[in-house]
Amino acid sequence: MAITLTETAANRVQKFLANRGKGLGLRLGIKTTGCSGMAYTLEFVDETHPEDLAFESHGVKVIVDPKSLAYIDGTELDFTKEGLNEGFKFNNPNVKDECGCGESFTV
Amino acid sequence: MALLQIAEPGMSAAPHQHRLAVGIDLGTTNSLVATVRSGMSTVLHDEHGHALLPSVVRYLPDSQVEVGYVAQAQQSLDSQNTIISVKRLMGRGIHDIPDIGHLPYRFIDAPGMVQVDTRAGIKSPVEISAEILKVLKNRAEKALGGELTGAVITVPAYFDDAQRQATKDAARLAGLTVLRLLNEPTAAAVAYGLDNGAEGVYVVYDLGGGTFDISILRLSKGVFEVLATNGDSALGGDDFDRRIFCWVLEQCKLPPISPQDTRLLLTKAREAKEWLTDHMESRLTGILSNGEVVDLTLTSAVFNELTRPLVGKTLGPTRKALRDAGLTLEDIKGVVMVGGATRMPQIRLAVAEFFQQEPLTNLDPDKVVALGAAIQANVLAGNRSDHDLLLLDVIPLSLGLETMGGLVEKVIPRNATLPVARAQDFTTFKDGQTAMSIHVVQGERELVSDCRSLARFELRGIPPMAAGAARIRVTFQVDADGLLSVSAREQSSGIEANIIVKPSYGLSEDEILNMLHASFASAENDKQARALREAQVEAKRLLEAIHAALEQDGVLLTSAEREQIEQQMHALEALSSADDSHAIQDAVESLNHATEYFASRRMDASVKRALAGKSLNTLEI
Repeated sequence: MAITLTETAANRVQKFLANRGKGLGLRLGIKTTGCSGMAYTLEFVDETHPEDLAFESHGVKVIVDPKSLAYIDGTELDFTKEGLNEGFKFNNPNVKDECGCGESFTV
Repeated sequence: MALLQIAEPGMSAAPHQHRLAVGIDLGTTNSLVATVRSGMSTVLHDEHGHALLPSVVRYLPDSQVEVGYVAQAQQSLDSQNTIISVKRLMGRGIHDIPDIGHLPYRFIDAPGMVQVDTRAGIKSPVEISAEILKVLKNRAEKALGGELTGAVITVPAYFDDAQRQATKDAARLAGLTVLRLLNEPTAAAVAYGLDNGAEGVYVVYDLGGGTFDISILRLSKGVFEVLATNGDSALGGDDFDRRIFCWVLEQCKLPPISPQDTRLLLTKAREAKEWLTDHMESRLTGILSNGEVVDLTLTSAVFNELTRPLVGKTLGPTRKALRDAGLTLEDIKGVVMVGGATRMPQIRLAVAEFFQQEPLTNLDPDKVVALGAAIQANVLAGNRSDHDLLLLDVIPLSLGLETMGGLVEKVIPRNATLPVARAQDFTTFKDGQTAMSIHVVQGERELVSDCRSLARFELRGIPPMAAGAARIRVTFQVDADGLLSVSAREQSSGIEANIIVKPSYGLSEDEILNMLHASFASAENDKQARALREAQVEAKRLLEAIHAALEQDGVLLTSAEREQIEQQMHALEALSSADDSHAIQDAVESLNHATEYFASRRMDASVKRALAGKSLNTLEI
């Protein structure tokens, strides 16, 4: 399995990285918190750790730590617009249940 | 689900803890709102794609308020109730405003600040500005999908305390938390990233719609200091339109024309001016109300000639500001252009000639102030470490506490920079629970038994409530010296307990590394262990709820029904101590199912109890 980006998401990430002027890629992860147990994290990467796993999707390097991968393997990251709002969305096949606000989930 | 933005490394927000912050350029002519998304400062648009919001507020007869383009359209028809350029009135008394006689409003002399009598009543400039800020706040919350943490609002460098206080009051009235007021020229410099660049003196040349400001800033140790300001409060892009308008009247030998024709020609003049930014000539056409046709061609050479005195008028204050700061042209490291009018080539040329260097123009001059304010807001809201260069101490291992089932809830993640404070809300597990034991742990694993125990304390005196009703806020705070204090506070009663620990005490570098590696190596086991514990907690919660229900309303069941439920309860109890999380989940589900009719009977019984002894007509239905 792997982590992938849609083409739209990849284009956005590349634009944000170029604007930022530094960064190796994108880090996806989870942390255990929130009303349904887990929440996603999405960060720029300045340094990788030896245990990190790396994927490549549409030219963007995606970094995941092994602990998070257990929960998000197979995820496709998309970039969408909802009204005036826009941002990234995790399409995670592992999710069983989300909290009402959609900010945390359980597997 | 909620949409996410990319955070700086280690700066991801916890759910429901978004630090949405915006920068607001509250301008004399136009206002804007901007934010940093995925590390990039961007101006937020309204539903129609407009970035600018004209700073115009109109009070309508039906006590409605219009702001922006709609209000601007009615400006000449309803001038007494349509307030433009309210920024000029902020924090000013009636005698402080030089051209007050020319303004179409009914002014009221009030102590401290002048007020305007509109059809909606007497309004202070603070209230009027708040209407503009409300629209921008609303726009930002729609675009960001959440409530704002705070805003940075820009003010001219020359604003005094009264004007700054009035701006803050307007923000508060609009429901905004002001993180900081920022000088407009400083915001422009921040947008260009000058605060990360070389130290030195910078000039900000700001020619807006109706005002001209020149500011001289010195950057040292990442902080901008305003050395001098000057300007002309009655000089701006609109004056350039008026020059073209007068030229049209002259060329066509027009007699004094109606206000409607004046508006038409001024609009055409502005369009011609904007066209000349990238073209050598512009055609200017229109039909006046008497049928007369205007059709002229304006070349950039003629336009430059017409407006040469206006351009010259900006250089006087510039020279003065330089002199006030005691500087010469050689001292100037860079020039930043702000305001839509600085798009005009003759302005850029004049500024380049004057300072003997090319000014910075690659950011949109209408947006640059808002963009800089947004960058500042992002830092202040805690989305970025204050300074990338500043070496900060970090938390070596996550800090958290024990929750039901021996699971760890992390409150402060590993690598958070010091000092740091994080709070999370917890609740009670049992009905009538009056105390809560707080077990502070450190580590990356999911189970308390795999982490290091730091401290334990108890919060007592929680008022008895149903399970899940109490709100207990636990705050973890690590100061710059690495001292951890944990406090717990029940929100409704205010009872509190706390403890101070030194988290890194006794842990060597190697021990920290080992704990980290163990957490990576055991990711899959931890995941299963967590699932099992969660299922066990759920099973326990359900069993307790049914026990309580049987005790209270057991009479509603036949002995056969009761036996069946009890049988399933025993089955679940037996499974709970085993380690198959799926089997527990299945048993929980079937027990839930088996008690459905019991629950509905209990509901009926309690409704009956509530109605007993009341005649039908005393009931409010």
